[in-house]
Amino acid sequence: MTKFLLPLGVFLVIAVFLGVGLTLNPREVPSPLIDKPAPGFTLAQLHAPEKSVTLEDLRGQVWLLNVWASWCTPCLEEHPYFVELARTGEVPIFGLNYKDRREAALQWLARHGDPYRLTVQDGDGRVGIDYGVYGVPETFVIDAQGIIRYKHVGPVNREVLEERILPLVRELQS
Amino acid sequence: MKGAIVSWLVACLLAGGYPLATGADRDPALEARVTRLASELRCLVCQNQSLAESNADLAIDLKNQVREMAKAGKSDAEIREYMVARYGDFVLYKPPLKATTALLWAGPFLLLLAAAGGAAVYVRRRHKRVAESGLTPEQHARAEALLGSDRSGR
Amino acid sequence: MIPEIGNFAMICALCIALVQAILPLAGAARGNTVWMNVARPAAQGQFVFVAIAFGCLVYSFLNNDFSVLNVASNSNSMLPWYYRFTASWGSHEGSLLLWVLMLAGWMFAVSVFSRHLPLEMVARILGVMGLVSIGFLLFMLITSNPFDRLLPPPADGRDLNPLLQDPGMIIHPPMLYMGYVGFSVVFAFAIAALLGGRLDATWARWSRPWTTVAWVFLTIGIALGSWWAYYELGWGGWWFWDPVENASFLPWLTGTALMHSLAVTEKRGGFKVWTVLLAIITFSLSLLGTFLVRSGVLTSVHAFATDPTRGVFILIFLVIVIGASLALFAWRAPRVGLGGQFDPVSRESALLANNVMLLVAAGSVLLGTLYPLFLDALGLGKLSVGPPYFESVFVPIMAPAIFLMGVGPLAKWKLASIPDLAIRLKWAFGVSLVTALLLPFTMGRWTPMIAFGFLLALWVMTAGFANLWERVSQLAAASGGARAGQLGKLPRGYYGMLLAHFGVGVFIIGVTMVNSYEIERDVELAKGESVEVAGHAFRLDGLTEVDGPNYDATRGTVTVLKNGKAQRTLHPEKRMYHVQQMPMTEAAINSGFTRDLYVSLGDHVGGDTWVVRVYYKPFVNWIWGGALLMALGGVLGVTDRRYRLARRSELAARDALSAQPAG
Repeated sequence: MTKFLLPLGVFLVIAVFLGVGLTLNPREVPSPLIDKPAPGFTLAQLHAPEKSVTLEDLRGQVWLLNVWASWCTPCLEEHPYFVELARTGEVPIFGLNYKDRREAALQWLARHGDPYRLTVQDGDGRVGIDYGVYGVPETFVIDAQGIIRYKHVGPVNREVLEERILPLVRELQS
Repeated sequence: MKGAIVSWLVACLLAGGYPLATGADRDPALEARVTRLASELRCLVCQNQSLAESNADLAIDLKNQVREMAKAGKSDAEIREYMVARYGDFVLYKPPLKATTALLWAGPFLLLLAAAGGAAVYVRRRHKRVAESGLTPEQHARAEALLGSDRSGR
Repeated sequence: MIPEIGNFAMICALCIALVQAILPLAGAARGNTVWMNVARPAAQGQFVFVAIAFGCLVYSFLNNDFSVLNVASNSNSMLPWYYRFTASWGSHEGSLLLWVLMLAGWMFAVSVFSRHLPLEMVARILGVMGLVSIGFLLFMLITSNPFDRLLPPPADGRDLNPLLQDPGMIIHPPMLYMGYVGFSVVFAFAIAALLGGRLDATWARWSRPWTTVAWVFLTIGIALGSWWAYYELGWGGWWFWDPVENASFLPWLTGTALMHSLAVTEKRGGFKVWTVLLAIITFSLSLLGTFLVRSGVLTSVHAFATDPTRGVFILIFLVIVIGASLALFAWRAPRVGLGGQFDPVSRESALLANNVMLLVAAGSVLLGTLYPLFLDALGLGKLSVGPPYFESVFVPIMAPAIFLMGVGPLAKWKLASIPDLAIRLKWAFGVSLVTALLLPFTMGRWTPMIAFGFLLALWVMTAGFANLWERVSQLAAASGGARAGQLGKLPRGYYGMLLAHFGVGVFIIGVTMVNSYEIERDVELAKGESVEVAGHAFRLDGLTEVDGPNYDATRGTVTVLKNGKAQRTLHPEKRMYHVQQMPMTEAAINSGFTRDLYVSLGDHVGGDTWVVRVYYKPFVNWIWGGALLMALGGVLGVTDRRYRLARRSELAARDALSAQPAG
């Protein structure tokens, strides 16, 4: 008798998983870099291309790394939140201008506001690859020891900022 | 939220510049190796395509990365490791064998064993039960005749 | 106005479906002939209304009625009329309506071709199909109405996805859906048999042709999809083990098992429980495919725009339909009898083994397809399961099944002997082994895997010939005539089996050849430069700008030279569709019996230099040719004389009964 119930049992297990699956986003790829040291880089500054910045220069503080580009439409969506955050000065935001032209990037910042303490240029997207960037915008939370603590893929909104990023930043700062 | 992600993906896909020209020194053996590796690596921004198939911007960058590493004499395993370190197991179309994938790799063969075993037991038991079902040979013959009215067909 | 008529027709169809599901099933349970008699007219009426709804949708597309959201999202006034027509089923909503139309069509067919079935059976079958239809009609009306209005209407539509603007897409989905939905008939037969407690050889005989027809459609549908991917996606692949492809392949595997299992049930009365279960599983997998494509739980190249509410609805529907049928199965199956006796070495056993293998293969594909979802649901991380996994798992499981394909048809029912089979097949095996070992040398590269691939293919084919030779020799010996004269005496179903199995051999040759000897070159060519691939030189002679109806294209002129002589000219294109701003690669293919030459344009490097992809694909058309032969084999099987004869004699018996004076 029980053997005839086997197909039903298998199906119900699959159905439960399918149900759980509906609540998940299959597209979100968790980063293997969480809790690992941030990859090093030496990149030119957007505003002063003759000067370069390395990861070491940023050590000793909790900071946000925001990957953005002027061609990226969804970046516009999150930008006001960063402008607002920069005004409070709660946490320094650094920009990684990803695969962009310098003039276009500067123009974009002039138009939409510049929340970044500093922006570096990743013209060929090499550093982006090291950081596992697969869609712009992406935002990383990096602690004083240079460890990546959190990564958000896609535009940041108020919810993500206030419920995920800022509490984590405060925790790391204290 | 989902809508935003989709529009953002579309934007990423379409904002493609042209790939960096890699020069005309395309060595067929190297290209074959790059293609083989790229076809085992998943393009992250696409729906479900390998790097080899995709023309998305990031896919082209990563393909160039693979080519450079291959040119620099890196082994296949090293190239795969490089990708996994940045993007996780998700980039591999051939999942690595570890605790969480044990069932994936062993599953089909366990299934085969179970099914073959089940079928063998079934055939044996059935043979016995039909033999013991108490039908006389005449009844059997009649049943056979009824069942196989056109057995000549096969 | 027309969309409202369509909407109204769908609501009418739903009402009829409710009647069709409730009255005949209740009637069959209580022996009420009047209620049971509602089934046929209801099914036919439902078909008429669904057809009206579909006609309205097509009308809206053809007339660019952009006040309909579905039309506005998936069509454009610049789209040629034939693509406006096919756009009717290009979207999620439209394809659902097509699905329901197919279902109604199958119900209509059952209502017409069921005169030889007992009324009770017909009532149950159409009742069950009516239940399925209710689910889909409700799904459409609640979550995905193809006639939803968009106010104010936009000036023009957002155009059909350029990938779907292709002749292959005109016939691929209807074929596929005919297959998927066709299995609903067999499913309904199985449920009706479980409900009525009538699981016997007659039931199998009725189910068999319906199964085969559905299988033929599914085979053609899958082959067309694969062919479309080959020439349309521009990288020359033909199967990617994408979740959506797997979703169509799963019911094909179990449907194939079902066809073979039905043969045993019909001929020998065995495997009844198993056959019923397979019928349920096959249709369940068709439904699961619908869920996977439309719910967004897995990422796929082919998925429709997804929406979680739709997923929830289909999941509930799945749980009701599949859960209820499997529960019914668990309740009723233990009472089903055993059927005829057979020995562990017999055709029955061979077919059972083949069934086990096909089912394990299907289970593995299902496991691989759903595994990322399982892990993610358990919070154990994300991973991708792709072609390397499926190939390494699928091949070892299918290889023994293919070996059995050669043996099975020669084994006798009930009791066969291995030494006897070995003697009868020694020539077939010898010939295929020697050929398989030598063939790779003539192609220029020998590896054990290549030789093994050829061995399997040739084995299936030569064993088929050995079988035919034996049958013809037996007939010739019995009648004293020449062998050739006996060919016409063998039944068509037998040739169908041989042809379908031969098709599998052809398919394997195609796969082995392409996987082993394909040559791909990715080169940068400036105007006038050429690249040499497999003895052919491909020279880029120039590029011109072309204006299509709704796209701009850069068209390359590539001349193929062999031994310095121009053979033919190919025109690969790179298109940019105006509305969706989507770049598309149109490959140029020179198809041949033994090879395809495939050229596609890559990116513009600068000046007059382009990246050009050139493929040499040996025997690639054998892949689809093999599938076509399998489908043709199925057609031969369905048109076998004995189905017509059986029907006629049953009809005659019934007429004789009804003609008898009462009393």
